[in-house]
Amino acid sequence: MDILRLEAVTKRFGGIVACKDISFGIPEGRIMGLIGPNGAGKTTIFNLITGVYSLTAGRIYFRGADITRLRPDELVALGIARTFQNIRLFRNLTVLDNVRIAVDRNLPYSFGAALARLPSVLSKERAVYRQATEYLAALGLSGRAGDRADSLPYGLQRKLEIARALALKPKLLLLDEPAAGMNPEESAELARLIRRIHGEFGLTTLLIEHHMDVVMELCEQIYVLNFGVKLAEGDAETVQGNPDVLRAYLGEGYKRAGN
Amino acid sequence: MLSYISGIITFSLIYVIAAVGLAIFTGFTGLFSLGHAAFFAIGAYTAGILTYFYDVNFWLALASGGAMSGLVGILIGYPTLKAKLRSDYFAIATLGFGEAVRVLLENLEITQGARGLPGIPAETTLPVAAGVTVIVLWVARNFVHSRYGRAAVAVREDFVAAEMMGINLFQVRLLSLVFSAICGGVAGGLFAHYVSFIQPSMFTSYLSTQLTASVVAGGMGSITGPAVATVIFIAIPEVLRVASMWRLVAYGLLLVAIMVFRPQGLLGFRELSWAGVKRWLTLGKAAGQGRG
Ligand SMILES: Nc1ncnc2c1ncn2[C@@H]1O[C@H](COP(=O)(O)OP(=O)(O)OP(=O)(O)O)[C@@H](O)[C@H]1O
Ligand SMILES: [Mg+2]
Repeated sequence: MDILRLEAVTKRFGGIVACKDISFGIPEGRIMGLIGPNGAGKTTIFNLITGVYSLTAGRIYFRGADITRLRPDELVALGIARTFQNIRLFRNLTVLDNVRIAVDRNLPYSFGAALARLPSVLSKERAVYRQATEYLAALGLSGRAGDRADSLPYGLQRKLEIARALALKPKLLLLDEPAAGMNPEESAELARLIRRIHGEFGLTTLLIEHHMDVVMELCEQIYVLNFGVKLAEGDAETVQGNPDVLRAYLGEGYKRAGN
Repeated sequence: MLSYISGIITFSLIYVIAAVGLAIFTGFTGLFSLGHAAFFAIGAYTAGILTYFYDVNFWLALASGGAMSGLVGILIGYPTLKAKLRSDYFAIATLGFGEAVRVLLENLEITQGARGLPGIPAETTLPVAAGVTVIVLWVARNFVHSRYGRAAVAVREDFVAAEMMGINLFQVRLLSLVFSAICGGVAGGLFAHYVSFIQPSMFTSYLSTQLTASVVAGGMGSITGPAVATVIFIAIPEVLRVASMWRLVAYGLLLVAIMVFRPQGLLGFRELSWAGVKRWLTLGKAAGQGRG
C-alpha cells in the first residue's frame, strides 16, 4: 500500500506554476527519488507535502487519510519529517539542543509540571538527553554535541538535520539534496548512511538529489519533474533510458557549460 | 536611611518581576509586546480593588491580580497569535491593547477613573517583594530549562524549522505570553500595595517601552540580563528622581550606547552565575596584578 499519495497536485505562485497536476504514490518501505533540473518544482512538492505551502489544487493522502490542509506540526505528529535544501538548523543553539528540541515531542510533560520542575520532569529531561545523544551517535556527531550548530562544516550540518528529523520518529522521511556540495567520495558515504538509517529506523524515504550516482544507487523508483510537470516515472533504468529525461538534463548541462 | 534603601530595593524588585516576565515572552519567542504596562495595570487594579473595597487577604489579592492578567493575556493573545500576525503588526496590536486598557481604567466606575485608588494597604515590604522575586526567578528558570523553553527558543530562531520539529507555534507563543502576563500582574499587585495609591496615568506606554527596552538591553534569551538592566534603567533613575527631562536623555543615551557597543544586550543568550562572576573577578584581579 502507498504510504503517501499525491493526486493532481498543483501549486501556483502568482503567474508561476511551480508544479502542475502531479500524481504519484510511494509504497511503504521504499526509497523513491524525485529529480529534475533546477527550478523544476521539487522543493515546492516537499513544501506542499509538509504543509509549509498550501495547495492551489489537488489532494495529498498519508496512510489513506487526507492531509491536504494540515499544519506542519500536525504532519510531524502523523509521522512525516524532512530536511531543508537551504539548511535550517537552530544556528545559535548547540548541536545537542537542536536534536533535543526534536526529541521533546516524544517525551511530553505539562506546562505546570515544567514550571514547578517536578521530579517527573527531571526524569523525562534525563531521558530526552539520553535519546538525543543516541541520535547524535547514530549520525556520527557525538564529538560535536556541545558545539554551536553553525560552527559545523556543511556536511555535518546536513547530517545534523538528518539526526533532528530522525529524532521525530518519522515513518516518512523527506530529504532535500542531502549530498549538495559534497564530493563523490563524501556523497557515496552519505548514500551508505541513508541506506543504513532507512533500514534501521524502518523508514519510507523520498529523496531529492542532483548527484545521479546517489540517486541510482539508492532509489528503486524515480519520478522526474521538468518545469513543474511530470517528465517520466519508473525504475532507474527506465528513467535513464528515457529520451525526454536525457534532453532535459543535457539541456541543463549545456546551459551550465555555457555559463 | 535604612528604610529609604529598603524602599529602593523593594521598588526595583517589583520591576524586575515584570521584566523577567516580559523576558520570557519577548526574549524567548522574539515577539515584541509594547503594551505590557496593561498587564501591570490589570494586576495592580485587580489586587488593589480586592484589598481596598473588599478587604481580601493580600496574598489572595496578589494571586487574583496575576490570574486576571493571565486571563486577559489569553483574550488578547488568542486572536492575535492565532492570526499569525507579522511581528511588527503584532507589536502594534499590543500597543493598541495597552492604550485601550488605560482608557478603560480611566472610565470605569470601580477604578474610580482618573482619580485612582488612594489608601491601598501598604502590604508590600522588602521580604514580600524579595520572596516573590525568588519564586518568579525560579519558575522562569524552570521554564527556560524545559521543553517549553526550548520550543520558544526554536520558534525565535527559525519558526519554519520549529514547526517541522512538531512544535505548535500558536501554543508556544500563547503559553509564553500568558506566563509573562501573570508575572506582570503579580508585579502590578505588589506595586499597588507598595505605593498605596494608583491611577491610570501610572501605566502608560512609557512604562511598556521601559520594560521592553530593559529586555532588549539586558539581552534576548536571558533572564538575569533583563533583571539587571531593569535595575539600571527603571528602578535607579525612578528612585533617584533626577530632573525628569535629564533622566530621559540619560536613559536614551545609555540605551543607544548598549545597542552600539553590545547589540546582543548585556547578557544576550547567557545568564549571570556565581561561577561567571568569580571568573570575571579573578580576571579583573589578574589584570590588576599585571598592571602592578
Ligand atoms: N515561495 C515562492 N514564491 C514564488 N515562487 C516560488 C516560491 N517557491 C518556489 N517558487 C518558484 O517555483 C519554481 C520551482 O521552485 P523549486 O524550489 O520547487 O525548484 P527545485 O526543483 O527545488 O529547484 P532546485 O533544484 O534549484 O532546488 C521556481 O520557478 C521558483 O522560482
Ligand atoms: Mg529545491
